[in-house]
Amino acid sequence: MTGRDGWEPEAAELVRPYVITKGRGLPDEDDLSLITLVTASAEDARRPTRLSPEEQSLLELCSAGYLSVAEIAGHTHFPLGVVRILLASLMEGGYVTTRPPVAPARLADREILEEVLNGLRAKFG
Amino acid sequence: MGSAPSLGEQDYVRGGATQTAVKILVVGHFAVGKTTLIGSISEIEPLSTEETMTQAAEAVDDLKGVQGKTTTTVAMDFGRLTISDRVVLYLFGTPGQQRFVQMWEDMARGALGALVLVDPERLADSFPVIDLIEHYGLEYAIAVNHFDGAPLRDERALREALDLLDDTPVVTCDARDEKSSAAALTTLVRYLLDRTR
Ligand SMILES: Nc1nc2c(ncn2[C@@H]2O[C@H](COP(=O)(O)OP(=O)(O)OP(=O)(O)O)[C@@H](O)[C@H]2O)c(=O)[nH]1
Ligand SMILES: [Mg+2]
Repeated sequence: MTGRDGWEPEAAELVRPYVITKGRGLPDEDDLSLITLVTASAEDARRPTRLSPEEQSLLELCSAGYLSVAEIAGHTHFPLGVVRILLASLMEGGYVTTRPPVAPARLADREILEEVLNGLRAKFG
Repeated sequence: MGSAPSLGEQDYVRGGATQTAVKILVVGHFAVGKTTLIGSISEIEPLSTEETMTQAAEAVDDLKGVQGKTTTTVAMDFGRLTISDRVVLYLFGTPGQQRFVQMWEDMARGALGALVLVDPERLADSFPVIDLIEHYGLEYAIAVNHFDGAPLRDERALREALDLLDDTPVVTCDARDEKSSAAALTTLVRYLLDRTR
């Protein structure tokens, strides 16, 4: 929906995410998948940089344990794309570390599927 | 924003330092019971995330107020189940509409498989969902969500209508019931395991 003079109404909504993420590009999606687990790194692993309030807020959220990228987005109500960019920046500075999900090549592994099956049976009978 | 929401210990992944995450999709048409099923199994209150939708808007028909916009947000919801001290399972509820292409790619990548929730009274609504699942090459099982709790009378007719392969599992479930939902999920995982033989 472009107005008479090319002004786009939805552009305003995009300004804030852009500011939050300092205009960075999207990180590689496989690095920060929906179910990549994230936690804050030890203090001595962190490169001293100035964090944005949003980065600070994500770091705080990740300080008490592990959360998936999707959960971080769910708890903060930031769009997923924004969360990914903020996390990528935190990773770059050594502030957070990640545990990647099961590699695609191993998805059909019997071992993993058996573990899930046994877990479901143990929990729900 | 600026201050983090305060979470309790139970919100974090138990034993996260040794955990690897896997995911299963719970898909189905509008109001078929996806969120209900996820909520009945999840150990956390189901959460949702938003994604920016950037594709052309001509396919956007029935979302009020988004006509003509090139950007809007869509929600997917999800829950979590700690399987063991090595594996944590996430369940993602995914709407079946074709227009959520970007989200589907995100969801489908790395998924173990999909549980397709079906309402036997609205079978045709499930066609596009199953098409999408097959398009992304995901293995799936069908869970017939019986809103009246009656047994499925004619599985053969349902199989024919949905054009299922002979070995695709079909189970009935009540998405509100934890055990029933878990049984449907178990059927899917057993099927995935069989497929690896
Ligand atoms: N009687 C009955 N009602 C159900 C069952 N499963 C879901 N419902 C109800 O059906 C309605 C829709 O369920 P949801 O779980 O929100 O469905 P959904 O697929 O997540 O819907 P959307 O996200 O809007 O597409 C809710 O009011 C549920 O309480 C069931 O097995 N039996
Ligand atoms: Mg829902």
